[in-house]
Amino acid sequence: MGKVGIIGVGQSAFVRGYPGSIRELAFEGFKEAMQDAGTTTKDIGASVICSAPEYDKQRSPAGVFAEYLGLTPQPTFYVESLCSSSSMGLRLAYSLIKSGLHDTVAVIGFQKMSEISSAESQERMGRGADIQWESPFGTMMPAYYAMYARAHMEKYGTTPDDLALVRVKAATYGQINEKAVYRKPVTFDMFSDPESPMSGPVASPLRVGDCCANADGSSCVIVANEEKAKAFAEKPVWILGLGAASTSVNLAGRDLFTGLSVAQQAAEQAYKMAGVGPKDIDVAEVHDCFTIAEIMAYENLGFAQPGEGKELIKSKETYKEGSIPVNVDGGLLSKGHPIGATGGSQIRTIVLQLRGEAGDMQVKDPEIGLVHNIGGVGLYGNVTILGR
Amino acid sequence: MGKKKEQDTRFSKFGTVSFTSITKVNDFVEYLEQGKVMGTRCKNCGLAFFPPRADCHQCLGSNMEWFEVTGAGRLVTYSKLEYAPVGFGEDLPYAIALLDYGDYKVFGRIAGDVPESEIRVGMEMKTVVNRLPNGQLNYVFQKA
Ligand SMILES: [Zn+2]
Repeated sequence: MGKVGIIGVGQSAFVRGYPGSIRELAFEGFKEAMQDAGTTTKDIGASVICSAPEYDKQRSPAGVFAEYLGLTPQPTFYVESLCSSSSMGLRLAYSLIKSGLHDTVAVIGFQKMSEISSAESQERMGRGADIQWESPFGTMMPAYYAMYARAHMEKYGTTPDDLALVRVKAATYGQINEKAVYRKPVTFDMFSDPESPMSGPVASPLRVGDCCANADGSSCVIVANEEKAKAFAEKPVWILGLGAASTSVNLAGRDLFTGLSVAQQAAEQAYKMAGVGPKDIDVAEVHDCFTIAEIMAYENLGFAQPGEGKELIKSKETYKEGSIPVNVDGGLLSKGHPIGATGGSQIRTIVLQLRGEAGDMQVKDPEIGLVHNIGGVGLYGNVTILGR
Repeated sequence: MGKKKEQDTRFSKFGTVSFTSITKVNDFVEYLEQGKVMGTRCKNCGLAFFPPRADCHQCLGSNMEWFEVTGAGRLVTYSKLEYAPVGFGEDLPYAIALLDYGDYKVFGRIAGDVPESEIRVGMEMKTVVNRLPNGQLNYVFQKA
C-alpha cells in the first residue's frame, strides 16, 4: 500500500466577527490550500467538511460548501467531533484514500462562533458534555478543564504561575503570526495585576489568561495518494501515524483527572503506526484550549513524565529554540479556537514547519512533527504524526 | 383520532435548567422528591451505575434495580465558577465537583453554604437532595 501525503494547506485569518457567511469563510482556507497544492477543483475526488454543529442556522453544511467551492458532483461528507473535527476529517480522508475510493480529498474545517453571544457560546460548548446529567448543574468548558487543573495541582504541585508561563509563550508567537486573533504581548506580571484582564477569575483555579479566545475561521488540508502527491507537490508531507480515541462523556465515568486518557491512547497508536517515539518529534502542535491542557499534553504525549510537564515550560524547552518546540504559532491561546477549523490549522502549521516555510516561526530543520487535537473535555482525542 | 397519550416529562425538573424531559430513568426525579439520590444496578451482572442508566452495556440487559447513594465519597476535584452559561447566572457563584464513592462517582455541585476556604481535595462529602429557588430539584455535596 502506498503512502498518503498532504499536498496543500490553508487557513483564513482567525478573527472576531468575520464579515461574511460561513460558505465565504470556508472559501478563504480552501483557496489558500488549493493554490498551495496547485490543484483545480476537478482534481479533488471528495470533500470532508468539519465543524461543531449548533453555531449555524445551516443544517448539513457539506452540500452547501461543495457547491460554493466547486466540488460538485463529487461526494461530500460532514464530520464532527467537537474541537477535533478536522483532525477526525483527516483520519476519514486517509481511509478514503487508503481504500482506493478516492485519489485526492479536501478536508475543510470551519466555525463562525461570532453569530452568538459569548454566554450562549459557553452554553453550546457546555452541551458538548453530558446534557442529561451534567449540564443541568450549569457546566462550561473552562470549569471542566479547571477541575483537571485542580487535580493536577493537588497531585503534582503544578501552580497557577506555571500555567501563566504557557500563556506567555503562546503570546510570544501569537505576536508574529499574522493569522492569529490575539496578537498583543502577555507578560507574567499581568496575571498578578488586578488591573489586567488576564488576572480575572473565570473558574478556579483558571483565570482569563488561561483560556483561549473564541474566533471565526476556516482551514483546509488537501490529501492525496502517493502517486498524486508526488505529481502535485514539490515537498509532500507524509502522514506517518494516526491515533484516535474516545472516553466517557460524563466525568463520573472516568478514572484519570490529571491527564486525558484519549490523548495517551491516541498518542500510543500514532507512535506505533509511525514507528517513532516522543524523542523523535522535532516540532509539535498541541490542543492548548486552556493553559493546563498544554501541560497535560506534554505528559500525555511523553514529552515529559507525568507531573513534570511544568518543568518543560519553566525551562523554556517548548520554545522555538528548545528541545521540543510546541505551539510556536501561538497555539489556540493566541491564534484563537474556531472549533471545526482548529485541527486543520494545527496540521497546516506542522506542514509548513516540515517544508521549512514557517517564516519567523520556523524551527530549525524539523523532520517529524506531531499534532495533538482534543474534542470536548478530553472526550475525543486525535494525534497525527507527519514527516517529510 | 385517539386520545392524546400522556407524556411522562418528570425529568424536566432536574437541575436549574434541564435539557432532557423524557428518559427511562424518570423515577430518579421521583426519588429526589422523596429526598433520595439513586443510582441503578444491573440485576443480571451486578454492575452499578451513577448516573443511573436504563440499560447495561456489560451484559446488554435492561433489568435494573435502584440503589441509594449513601455515606461519604471523597472529593476528587472541583471548580468554582465566576461566569455561568445562559440560564444559570442567578446561581452564581457555585462550584461543580466530583465525588468518588469507590464503585461509582457522582458529578454535581458543592452546597452553596460550604465556604471555599473549607473545601479540600480528598475530603469526605455526602450527596444530598437540594431544592432550587426556581422550584427545580438537584443534589449537592455537603461536608460529611
Ligand atoms: Zn449487566
